[in-house]
Parts: sequence; structure tokens; C-alpha cells
Amino acid sequence: MTANDVLAILQGAIVTVTLSVIGILIGLPIGLGLALLRWANVPVAAKIVALYVSILRATPLVTLLLLLFFALPNIGVPINPVSAAILALVMNTSAFNCEVWRAALVNFPKDQYEAAQSVGMSAGLRFRRIVLPQIVRVSLPGLVNEMSLLIKVTPVLAVVGVVDITRAAVRIGAETYEPLPPFLVAIALYAPIVFVLVSLQRWIERRQTLTEAAA
Amino acid sequence: MIHDFGIVWSERALLLSGLANTAILSVISAVAALLLGFILTPALMAKHRAVLWVARGLVDGMRCVPFLLFAYIVYYGFPSFGVRLDNWTSGLAALTIYNAAYMAEILRGAWTAQPREPIEAGIAFGFSNIVLFRRIVLPPLLLAAGPVIGNQMIQIIKDSAFLTIIALPELTHAASSIQSRHYVPFAAFITAVFLYWGLCLVIEAGVSSIDRLAAARR
Repeated sequence: MTANDVLAILQGAIVTVTLSVIGILIGLPIGLGLALLRWANVPVAAKIVALYVSILRATPLVTLLLLLFFALPNIGVPINPVSAAILALVMNTSAFNCEVWRAALVNFPKDQYEAAQSVGMSAGLRFRRIVLPQIVRVSLPGLVNEMSLLIKVTPVLAVVGVVDITRAAVRIGAETYEPLPPFLVAIALYAPIVFVLVSLQRWIERRQTLTEAAA
Repeated sequence: MIHDFGIVWSERALLLSGLANTAILSVISAVAALLLGFILTPALMAKHRAVLWVARGLVDGMRCVPFLLFAYIVYYGFPSFGVRLDNWTSGLAALTIYNAAYMAEILRGAWTAQPREPIEAGIAFGFSNIVLFRRIVLPPLLLAAGPVIGNQMIQIIKDSAFLTIIALPELTHAASSIQSRHYVPFAAFITAVFLYWGLCLVIEAGVSSIDRLAAARR
């Protein structure tokens, strides 16, 4: 394995990280939106969201990705590997995020909400000033956990031809007939990213128990 | 569209064997991972510094590695050490070893949350170590860890889909081959999605019955 090969895997890492960040940034608000639909018990929509979350949480990312990549063009929606990858990541992570957000919403103290109502805050303002800041804090560990899970499933994106860390490593392994070194490089790139997120989650949890104990 | 599902129906034998293989893979590796986890858990709570650090490093390291890369290493990388496994053996080994790390962590969490009193009472009654573990420690431990173990089983089912890349004939692989043979991508993959969903609903039903059992014991 040459320095050029390592460089190729590093370029793949940029793709992996970019796609993960895009997936996380789009998936977070969509997950919140879905959770709000269920929390507010919007007639038909709440049921549909519950079904969507239940199915998506049971679907492996590979299967979802293959479905999107092959079936969308079949019904006349042209899609390239990168957009299929982003769509699959967003669909997958928004279902998990929805559950994290919803748990925080369900446990939100009702008296605060009613107090805000009684001082005449509008629904939008109530949500922005009273609910959101608090559920963000409660959801944070769960959301960070979901981010690390998302990054751990991104190697799947290579299956439809996204040139990420894994695809670069597979190609180099096939060219050099030495598959082990490129895979070890790939793991050496993945492990620190996931480790940082896992440590971040633990740190947030520890800080929150400390502030709770102080209060 | 109906016609496409007709094609999938005509290939149901392939799809069902894929479903069966996914179920077999998941159950065997879940049981094996749980047993391995039981062996690893005491090491995670060891007083001996070196043992603790090795176990911690192993478990935390495994949890930072994507499963697909780990499966690639077992299948394509191990031959470099002279270990050549077929796709079934390497798939099972990868699923088992990878998830054993998660199981060990789950069991450790449940174990440390257990109250000390019943164990001390058991010791006072003169239970031997094995009987103490089997009758006093294990039942509440499994009941407490049940839901999280169930979650991990769903994770194992989903991880097993990754093994399609090493040509293991599981559910996603079956759907892929139906789609490539007849070009019915939507029908083939959506059927697979619903079969995965069915598997997970079965596990969730199992978990809630364990929950009811645990509640009845309380």
C-alpha cells in the first residue's frame, strides 16, 4: 500500500464525514417535526408517523438503500448514488431521532406549559422559549448516541457506489491483493470519530447528573 | 405493480429461505454473543487492573468499529493470517464477536444496578457459587436486561443484512437476486423490508411478555 492509497482513503473519509453531517443536520429537525406530530396527536398524521418509525427502525440501512437506489428510477425518479445515500441516511436517522425527541416531549412537565399558556404566550413562542430549550438538553445524549450509530452504518453507502472510506479501502485491497492494510487504515479513521462522539455523550450525561445533583 | 408482486410471489421459496437464514444467523449469533458476553462481563468488573483494562479496551474498541468493516476484516483480512473461513462461518463469527462486546456492556449495566441484599442473603443461606449465580443472580438480571437485550437482537438482525456483501444468502441477498433476475426492485425490496419488520415485531412481542413476567414478579 502506497502513500497515494492512504490519500485515496483519506479522500473517502471526507465523503463519509460530509454525508454523515448532511444526514445528521437534515435528520435532526425532521425527527423533531415527526415527534411533534405524534406529541400533538394530529389525527391521521400521528398514526402514519408511528407506522413510519416502527418500520424504519426495523429496516436495515442496506435494504433501504438498495430499495431507494433501484426502485426510485423504476418509477421515474432519477437518483444518483450520493442522493440515494443522503435520502437513506435521513430516513433512517429521522425515525430514531423522532423517538428520542418524543421521549423528551412526553416527559416534559405539563405545569410549565400551562403556566406559559396562562401568561398569554402564543403556541409558537411557548414552544420556542419554554419547551425547545429544555427538550434539547434532555434529548442531547440520545441524539449524540444516534449520531455515532449513523456514522457506524455509513460503510453501507459503498454498496451503491459512493466512493467513501470503505469503497476506497475495498478498491485498494482488490488492486494490491492485500486487503488487510487498507481495512485497518479505514478502521483507524472510523474509530476516533465514533470514539469522540461516544465520549461526548458520556461527558454530557455526567455533566447533567452533576448539575441535577447540585440542584 | 401487481404484476411485480406476482413475480416476487413466484420467487417466494428464495425469499423464505433468505428469511430463514436471517433468522438462523440472528438467533445463533445472539445466543452465542450473550454467552460470550457473560464470560466478558466479570472481566469488565474485575478488581485486577490489567484484566479490567484489557476487557474495557476490547469492548470499547469493538463499539467504535463499524460492523461492516469488521465483517470485511474477518472475511477478507483473516486469510492474511492464514485463517480462511467460508462466508457462513465468517458471517457468524463476525456477528457473534461484534455483538458480544455490546452484550457484555448491557449485562454489566444490569448487573451493577442489581440490589446487593438478595445476593448477601443467598450467601448467608450457604448457596454455593454456581447455585447462587443460577438461582439468585441470573433470573432478575435477565429480566432486568431483557428489553435492552431485545433491542440488541433487533440490531443483530439489521447487522446481518450487511453480510449480503460477503454473499451470504440472507434476506437482503435474496431480495437483491430477485431484483437483478426480474428487475422488480420496488416489489422485491419492499417485501424484504416488511419481512424485517415482521421479525422485529416478533422480538418486540417477546420483550413485552418478558416485561409482563418481570412486573408479575415484582
